[in-house]
Amino acid sequence: MMGRDKDSKTNWMLTIVLILGTVTVFFPLYMAFIIAFKQQSEMTNDVAGALAFPARWSLDNFRQAMEVTDFGHSLGNSLLITLATIALSILVHSVAGYAIGRNMAKKKSFRFIYLYIVSGMFVPFSILMMPLVKQTAQMGLGNKVGVILLYLVFYMPMNILLYTGYLKNIPVVLEEAAGIDGASTWKTYWKIIFPMMGPMHATVAVLTALGTWNDVMTPLVIMSGTGENTLPLAQLNFQTQFGTNYNLAFASYILSLIPILIFYIVCQKQILSGVANGAVKG
Amino acid sequence: MKKMSSRNKTYWAIITPVVILFFTFNTLPMIKGVIYSFTNYRGYGTYDYVGIRNYIDLFTDARVGKSYLFTFKYAIVGTVLVNVLSLIMALGLNSRIRFKSALRGIYFVPNVLGGLVIGYIFSFIFTYIIPAVGTTFHIGWMQNSILASEKYAWIGVLIVGVWQAVAMNTIIYISGLQTVPGDVYEACMLDGASKWQEFFKVTLPLVVPFITINLVLSTKNLLMVFDQIMSLTKGGPAQSTESISYLIYRNGMDGGQFGFQSANAVIFFLVIVAISIFQMTVLGKKEEQL
Repeated sequence: MMGRDKDSKTNWMLTIVLILGTVTVFFPLYMAFIIAFKQQSEMTNDVAGALAFPARWSLDNFRQAMEVTDFGHSLGNSLLITLATIALSILVHSVAGYAIGRNMAKKKSFRFIYLYIVSGMFVPFSILMMPLVKQTAQMGLGNKVGVILLYLVFYMPMNILLYTGYLKNIPVVLEEAAGIDGASTWKTYWKIIFPMMGPMHATVAVLTALGTWNDVMTPLVIMSGTGENTLPLAQLNFQTQFGTNYNLAFASYILSLIPILIFYIVCQKQILSGVANGAVKG
Repeated sequence: MKKMSSRNKTYWAIITPVVILFFTFNTLPMIKGVIYSFTNYRGYGTYDYVGIRNYIDLFTDARVGKSYLFTFKYAIVGTVLVNVLSLIMALGLNSRIRFKSALRGIYFVPNVLGGLVIGYIFSFIFTYIIPAVGTTFHIGWMQNSILASEKYAWIGVLIVGVWQAVAMNTIIYISGLQTVPGDVYEACMLDGASKWQEFFKVTLPLVVPFITINLVLSTKNLLMVFDQIMSLTKGGPAQSTESISYLIYRNGMDGGQFGFQSANAVIFFLVIVAISIFQMTVLGKKEEQL
C-alpha cells in the first residue's frame, strides 16, 4: 500500500476523534445497562444520578424480567425460527440458484423465472401483510412454521440473486467431468457445487440471521393468535406488564440484546464481510 | 415435444416447487391485496366491490396524506443525512488510523440490534435523560421530551433511524473505497491535487456504484419505517409521526379498513418501485469505469 498519504504514519488526530465518536454508540447501551441494574428507588431526575452506576450490582431485575416475559420460551422461539430459516435458505435457495444460474443464459424460461423471483425484492411487506394473515390462518400456518415459511419466501429474491451471481465464478467444466463419470446432476450439485459455494452460504446465513432475528412485523401479525412470542415480540407484548417499572423493562431489553451481541462478537468478521458482499452483489 | 434429458428433468424438478412456494406466499397474497383494494372489506364479515372508490378516497383522506408527508419528510432528510454521515465515517475508517478493525466493528453495532428495543431505549433517553440535562443547565427547549412535541417528534424518530442506518451504509462505503486502487491516489499526489480535489474529482466518481446501492437501500428502508414508530411514538402525537407502514398495519389490521388500506399498500408499493427505478437509472448514468 503506497501513497494514500504523504507519509505512512498513523493519523492520531483522526484516531482520537473516531474513538471519542464511539460514545454515540456506547451511550444508549450504557444507559440501558445501568438502568437494568438499578432499583426503582434509585431512579432520579438529576443528570448525575441518572448517569451514575447502580448502588449495587444485583441480578434481581434480570431474574424477575425472565419470569415476567417467559424469556426462555421466547428465546427458544427466536432461535428456532432463525436457525430453521437459515438452514432452509441455504439448502433451498442455493439449489434453486443453481438450477436458475446454470440455465438462464440458454433458456428463456429460466431467465423469466429468475426475473420473476428477483423482482420480489421490491414488494413491501405492507402489501402482503393483510392477505397473508388470512391465508396463513386458513392454511393452519398462523404459527412458527408459517413464519419460517414466509421468511424462506421473503429472502428468496435476495439470496437467489446472490447465489446465481456467485455461480458465475464456478466453471461448468467441473460438473461436466462429474457427468461423464456417471454422476447425476442432483448428486453432482451436493457433492461438488454446494461445498464450493461456502463463502456465499456464510453471507446468506449472516444476512438472513440479522433480518429474521430482529424482525417484529412478521411474527407480530402471523403469530398473534398463538400466544407465543419471539424475543422482540415479547418486549412489545409485555410493555403493559412493565408499566412504569423501567428497571424491569430495561433488564428485559438487555436480555433480548445479549444473544445477537454475542453472535456479532463471535462472527464479526463474517458479518461485516457478509453485509458488504450482500449489498454490493445484491 | 422433445424428450427431456435427465439433466433438464432434474433442473425442473428443483425449480418447480420453489416457484410454487414463491407464488403461494408472495404473488398470490399480492394479487389478493390488489383485489381487496377494490372492495369495502373491513377484515371480517361480508363485502362488496366498490370499483376505484378506495383509490379516490386515498387522495382526499387527511390521515393518509399526513402519513405520506411524514414518511417522505423522514425518508428524504434521513437518506441525505445517512449518506453524508456514512461517507464521512467511511473515509475516516478507511484512512491511516489505529485500531481500525475494532473501530469498524464498534460503529456497526447499532445495525445488529433490533429497531424495536433500540427505540424503547431511545424513548427513555428522550423522555427522561435529555429533559433532565435541560433542567440542570437551564436550556429551555431541552426541558420537554421531543417525542411529546407534535412539531418535532419526527426528529426524534429520525435520530434513531439514522443512528441505525449509518452503521449499515458505512460498511458498504468502506468496501466501495477499497475498490479504488492506490495508484490513482498516487497519480493525484504527483499532479499536486488538493485533498478536496482528490475527493470530489477522483474518489467520489469512482464510488458512484456504491452511492447508488446505498441510496436505494437507505431510501427503501427509511420509507418502510415501522419498528421505531412502534416503540417511540406509536404514530403520535396527533398522528404526526404515523408512517405509511404503520398506518396500513394499524387501520388495516384493527381499524376495519382492510380494503381501504389495501389500496394504500398498492399505491405505496408502486411508489417504492418508482423511486428505486428512478434512483438506479439516474445514478446508473453517472457511473465511471477505470
